Amino acid sequence: MAYDGNKVDLKVVGTRPVRPDGVDKVTGRATFGSDFYLPGMLVGKIKRSPHAHAKILAIDTHKAMRLPGVKAVVTAEDFPNIPSEEAFMGEGPMNFRDLSRNCMARGKVLYEGHAVAAVAAITSEIAEQALELIEITYEVLPHVIDVEAAMADGAPLLHDDIFTAGVEPKPAKPSNVAKRIFFGLGDVAAGFKDAEVVVEGRYTTQPVHQAYIEPHACLVSVAADGQAQVWASSQGQFMVRAYCAKLLGADMAGIRVIPAEIGGGFGGKTLVYIEPVAFALSKQSGRPVKIIMTREEVFRASGPTSGGVIEVKLGAKKDGTITAAQVVLKFQAGAFPGSPVQPGAMTALAMYDLKNTSVTGYDVVSNRPKVAAYRAPGAPISTFGVESAMDELARKLNMDPIALRMKNAAKNGTKSTYGATFANIGYVETLEAAKASAHYKIPLGKNQGRGVASGFWFNIGGESSATVHVNEDGTAVVATGSPDIGGSRASMAMMAAEVLGIPYEKVRAIVTDTSSIGFTHLTGGSRVTFATGMATIQATEKVVEQLKQRAALTWDIPADAVEWKDGMAIPAGSNAGAFPPLSIADIALKSARTGGPIVAEAAVNAQGAGPGFGTHICDVEVDPETGHVTVLRYTAVQDVGRAIHPSYVEGQIQGGAAQGIGWALNEEYIYDKNGKMDNAGFLDYRVPVASDLPMIDAILVEVPNPRHPFGVKGVGEVPIVPPMAAVANAIRSAIGKRMPDLPMSPPKIRAALDAG
Amino acid sequence: MSKIHVSTIINGEPAEFLCEPGQTLLDALRDELRLTGSKEGCGSGDCGACSVTVDGRLVCSCLMLAAEAEGHEILTIEGVANGDELHPIQRQFLEHAALQCGFCTPGLIVAVKALLDSNPNPTETEARYWLAGNLCRCTGYDKVIRAVMDAAAEMRAQ
Repeated sequence: MAYDGNKVDLKVVGTRPVRPDGVDKVTGRATFGSDFYLPGMLVGKIKRSPHAHAKILAIDTHKAMRLPGVKAVVTAEDFPNIPSEEAFMGEGPMNFRDLSRNCMARGKVLYEGHAVAAVAAITSEIAEQALELIEITYEVLPHVIDVEAAMADGAPLLHDDIFTAGVEPKPAKPSNVAKRIFFGLGDVAAGFKDAEVVVEGRYTTQPVHQAYIEPHACLVSVAADGQAQVWASSQGQFMVRAYCAKLLGADMAGIRVIPAEIGGGFGGKTLVYIEPVAFALSKQSGRPVKIIMTREEVFRASGPTSGGVIEVKLGAKKDGTITAAQVVLKFQAGAFPGSPVQPGAMTALAMYDLKNTSVTGYDVVSNRPKVAAYRAPGAPISTFGVESAMDELARKLNMDPIALRMKNAAKNGTKSTYGATFANIGYVETLEAAKASAHYKIPLGKNQGRGVASGFWFNIGGESSATVHVNEDGTAVVATGSPDIGGSRASMAMMAAEVLGIPYEKVRAIVTDTSSIGFTHLTGGSRVTFATGMATIQATEKVVEQLKQRAALTWDIPADAVEWKDGMAIPAGSNAGAFPPLSIADIALKSARTGGPIVAEAAVNAQGAGPGFGTHICDVEVDPETGHVTVLRYTAVQDVGRAIHPSYVEGQIQGGAAQGIGWALNEEYIYDKNGKMDNAGFLDYRVPVASDLPMIDAILVEVPNPRHPFGVKGVGEVPIVPPMAAVANAIRSAIGKRMPDLPMSPPKIRAALDAG
Repeated sequence: MSKIHVSTIINGEPAEFLCEPGQTLLDALRDELRLTGSKEGCGSGDCGACSVTVDGRLVCSCLMLAAEAEGHEILTIEGVANGDELHPIQRQFLEHAALQCGFCTPGLIVAVKALLDSNPNPTETEARYWLAGNLCRCTGYDKVIRAVMDAAAEMRAQ
């Protein structure tokens, strides 16, 4: 069955049905990570470091162990001491040893909030008391928080075995710079020599948390024979299984991970923090153990994404043609290597068709929580710098910012700085739609300004499994291994319904556990609707083939003489014979007579995820008295390939833009002089609330991806890439000052205004 | 310390439970009564995921002691629908796709109900300020506010 991405006579794809898990979610029935209870369940809690950097000299757990009601106490001694080994399971590089030591510190604590020990007890109160009774002797070490301070000679070293990779010859001394990377094209020096106009800027961003509203939560039950069941809220049940197996030295076959509903992730639930700890506590106690992080623990010990320094230099001809671009990125990785500097570097200039480029990046450890993926990891940081510099270039050239971008835009056939040659991309289309939007023509008032910025993200495919069952009554179930973080079950059911030719309401989509479906890479990289969607479509196509065969058997004609149309088998032409149509329900009811259950599965390693581009327009008003910025209007244009369920596509775009606005204006990790986080709560770490935002207009541009049967491109990550620069460029237009440092909070705006 | 016996009316029905003196109403609802629709997002009254009404007044159940519920009427998300019939607010949330992960949704719906019970015809700005205590990280609030405005219109027409 061949689908054409440009096909328009689709019946289900492109409509807006109610999601299958919707009613449970509006009535409180949906079960998230913290909503599971088992008989005999214990409460697990984690003892955390009060120091930013210290040696652990001794841990005495005897008193805690003797407290009545305490059933288990674990430290790093209860986990295998695993060697350094690279793992690529999430949206970024990961090392099993580092992950193990992040879940439970071994020998040294590397940030305030680093887990040092854990207890399981019969009540929450007893668990709290037991934590107090654990005695830990520390030798406090000098710490370093700032990225450039961590790079400096003589900075306190977090690890004595980090020798900067990517530098020849290999450095003789260890440092906090884990890696240096480089991407480039052509001859940058010659490019700047050709330039008639040059702009240069230094931009900084602060670490920001994914700030999903659901704190991490899990329930783990390990039986005496070592078989374990894990209920966890994560972006990948297979990721949780793999990490638990590795970190505990257990076999994967003995671990069944049941995905809970996930209360937001945005990349922050692509790794484990508490599941291996609950596993060890359950193993020791012989009872199920539930751990729920507090919000404070979420801030101090999970997430955030990197803060960074972005140095940008652009050279151009007077007509706007960019002749050279040079970018230097310094990203904080937190306590272990693995900042998203690589994707940050790869995306930095990906929107433009450039001949002479140079992007250098540094991955730098410091005494902060290990960073986790956050929506288009790295791209929002580098793009804030590049798109702010593009705005300055447009001003210097006296050009419209959309026209400057149009002049240099990547098109089909453009070879990007990171190496890919683009095909079927829709960047220019987003610029055209932005320019044509009603928003772009609205006149501005006093103290108001308008900013434009664009963004790019790769999107990925990868491994997914799906099973489709036809039930005895002709309805169907689609089971996949992809946690549904924003409505993807609806998309799966819609794609299956489209292929089967039956109404959406007749198809149920579920997300199932690691023992019930083939391996599926986690929900991340904007991959689910593309890759798991492809597995779903292929499994459904196999089901349709079976349905046709069953009809052929019933009619006693060859299978290729049967056609499938609108949920029914019909004879293909008059030569096939004259038979009344057989509906899916007719065939399903009699499946026992034609070969048994009608089931198919598909396992894919999906290739050809189309890269995504977006262009945002932001209008702000700046209060000159207070420095407060109000976002007046916001429009986000994005090439989405094809929207399966347009409402959830718009939702991704609106949500990404809102997160970006928070990153631009309010959000940051604030540290005191002892390296302790000052704002580990939603009161002081301020994410946007309803009264902070206007309606966000999402404009969908559809340039179909020919590598997906319905033309899908990933959509979830692109929308967080442009907002920081879009807001900064709007503020620049309103107050005549460039704000190079995020967040652009009222005190900074006031200071810029006061500087005259 | 011995537990405290509490008698309340929850979602229109008499309910009794035992709680620790320091236990929050949220923890009692979830752990003692297994009404897990109310969620803990912060435990400090900043996110609104635990929103319930007490005698019609909107509160964060994480900020109220369970023992204080004695003699009061509590409405949680589990009591918003009328049996199988969804409340117009719930239906509008579904039709507008005003949820993604759905974790903040129960608290939002309880808060919207409290708004519309007291102000059947809010402006968009009033709705946004009323809901400023309910964090949603997924949606950017656009579809949430549209659902609220349409639910208000539907309820006024009834």
